Amino acid sequence: MFHLKNVTIAYSGQPVLQEINLQIKRGEKIALIGPSGSGKTTLLRRLYEMEPQHSALVHQHHALVDALSVFHNIYSGRLDQRSTFTNILNLVKPQKEEVTTISNLLKQLGMAEKIFEKTAALSGGQRQRVAVARALYRQGSVLLGDEPVSSIDPHQAETVLNLLRNSFQTVILSLHTVHLSLESFGRIVGLRNGRILFDLPGNEVQNSHLTRLYQT
Amino acid sequence: MMAADLEIISLNPINEFAAMTKGAVTPDFKALYLFRSALLNTLLFAFSGTALGVAGGTVLAFFFHRTPVRLVCSFVRSIHEIFWAFLFLPMIGLNAICGVLAIAIPYAGIFAKVYAEILQETNPRPLDGLPPNSSKLSRFFYGVMPQIYPEIRHYTSYRFECALRSSAVLGFIGLPTLGYHLETAFREGLYSQASVLLYAFFLLIASLRFWLKEKLVPVYVLISLAFISKELNFSMTNMIQFLTWDILPWPMRREGFLDGTNQLAFPVSQLWIWFKTIFQEEVLPGCWNTLVLTQIALALTGLLTLLSFPSRTRSLAGPVVRRFSDWILIVWRTTPEYILAYVFLQLWGPSMLPAVVAISFHNGAILAHITSGQANLIPMQIDAAKGRINRYFYYVLPRVYSSFLAFLFYRWEVMMRESAILGVLGIFTLGFYIDSAFSENKMDKALLLILFTALLNMIIDSISQRIRSKIKVSTKLVAVGGAA
Repeated sequence: MFHLKNVTIAYSGQPVLQEINLQIKRGEKIALIGPSGSGKTTLLRRLYEMEPQHSALVHQHHALVDALSVFHNIYSGRLDQRSTFTNILNLVKPQKEEVTTISNLLKQLGMAEKIFEKTAALSGGQRQRVAVARALYRQGSVLLGDEPVSSIDPHQAETVLNLLRNSFQTVILSLHTVHLSLESFGRIVGLRNGRILFDLPGNEVQNSHLTRLYQT
Repeated sequence: MMAADLEIISLNPINEFAAMTKGAVTPDFKALYLFRSALLNTLLFAFSGTALGVAGGTVLAFFFHRTPVRLVCSFVRSIHEIFWAFLFLPMIGLNAICGVLAIAIPYAGIFAKVYAEILQETNPRPLDGLPPNSSKLSRFFYGVMPQIYPEIRHYTSYRFECALRSSAVLGFIGLPTLGYHLETAFREGLYSQASVLLYAFFLLIASLRFWLKEKLVPVYVLISLAFISKELNFSMTNMIQFLTWDILPWPMRREGFLDGTNQLAFPVSQLWIWFKTIFQEEVLPGCWNTLVLTQIALALTGLLTLLSFPSRTRSLAGPVVRRFSDWILIVWRTTPEYILAYVFLQLWGPSMLPAVVAISFHNGAILAHITSGQANLIPMQIDAAKGRINRYFYYVLPRVYSSFLAFLFYRWEVMMRESAILGVLGIFTLGFYIDSAFSENKMDKALLLILFTALLNMIIDSISQRIRSKIKVSTKLVAVGGAA
């Protein structure tokens, strides 16, 4: 599905990704781990650019419109699948079936009552859940998530991760903390300084791998 | 100051003032009934003019990055509403369409500029989150519009208030709005009628927030456009005559006019003399007087602002003083400069003094309102100096000074437009020569003078923009602050 061969990406001369070789097959559940600045975001963006039509992306900075309600931010995940007229109609007056779909999604994320609230009024964790809901609403065969649960409290984070993993065929997430059960991912890719340090099945990742990955 | 003619020439200013004061305290409410259609027209012109200006400005804002568009916008907004009306008069006559276009055209240029600036400041990140293949319109409505809407609404409603002033003032040149009756009342010394008209105008503006509801705006606009469109009767011949004959330099037309064939000629040396005469005798003195008036008004505006904003600043004045000065400032900034100048002219006779006072008090009141608004945002520290003078100079003024300067230079161009137009009242600025040319039916001369006025304005505008970008205060502040 994704096929990266010797990919190097540099921003203004500074290499962010170096000689990346990565094969991702349909149906894989992959966690990207590594210290900040290791190139996780760049790698995810690169993958997104390869399959934008079929992918849903959860942005690190959520990319939400503060002035719009939770409903509209989530609805905007499918702007390309609806006519412009329908989009504007929903902007002016949210249509019943969309409201039902979106409020069901929000229920799973524990914030159904916030559906018509302005996004600006939400907390960091709530904003992140809206970004997750938008990706879930968008659907598609691939989910690319850039630290999608970084500001959600730990016991809820597990639920959200499961929801994401089960809603998409192929899932590639970067995670800021390794405490989240790595075993539930089929495959773990460790990135350091723009290079792949290891690429192992979830149950084979040892503490020594993690030490080398995060050592200063 | 030496260059300006500031003498008071009036037959009896004290008697005149007494009569005006008497009129101010005995408003003739019965006369309001006579003026109902003028009040309605003032509203209709303002609504239609603003609506068309918004429509044009919105379209232009999307192409504002192109130099020709930017130049056209700069050009149309550098010509005052009254001059636009002068230009449309011979083409479409003294009717509603003339008034609406005179507002809509310069306003389109203003809206284009401000909307484009607001657009530029949108955060691109939310657009990133939208699906890549969404239609352009969908992306705009979901990613951009929600971000800019509050500011657009704020600025547009402020501009509507300006349009009400423009609309009222257009009456002075004969259009059927409030200014028409105001002029008549003043000319005939019916000060009780004049005062009731002014009070009605204040009430109209003060009550805006009660009836100008967002949901009702489309209804108001549709009603206004429906009324205005009833007067839609263009005379193609007038327009063609104006564009292909009247505005051409006289030497080109003289031969054909005298022998009755209406043939055009192109006598180069005579054209040069025509141009040189107008340039030396009218453009140069007009520009000079306009500049002198503008600079005096600019300095006085700055001084007045610095003197008056403390009386509306929380850390410098008590609640009673603040309330009182708020009311005074509202009256000064709600009354159009043109009307202020007209009233002072009745009192003091024709000199630059009425214009200087009108422009600087009106603009000073606007700037004092904005500056004190900024000063009130400064958190009061416990250890701030005790004496008010110390507090003003060491605590408040340094914190608001750069934004005060930015606003002052922002108004510079506006003051210039006003200085030029006040010539219509008999001060020797550009407006005087333009007005004379129109009343002598010399359209060619009037157009040349208007072009030079626009040029002068565009130069001032670009200098002021350069100064403001050096002071570095975002346009956002101006748009919000402008909503005084």
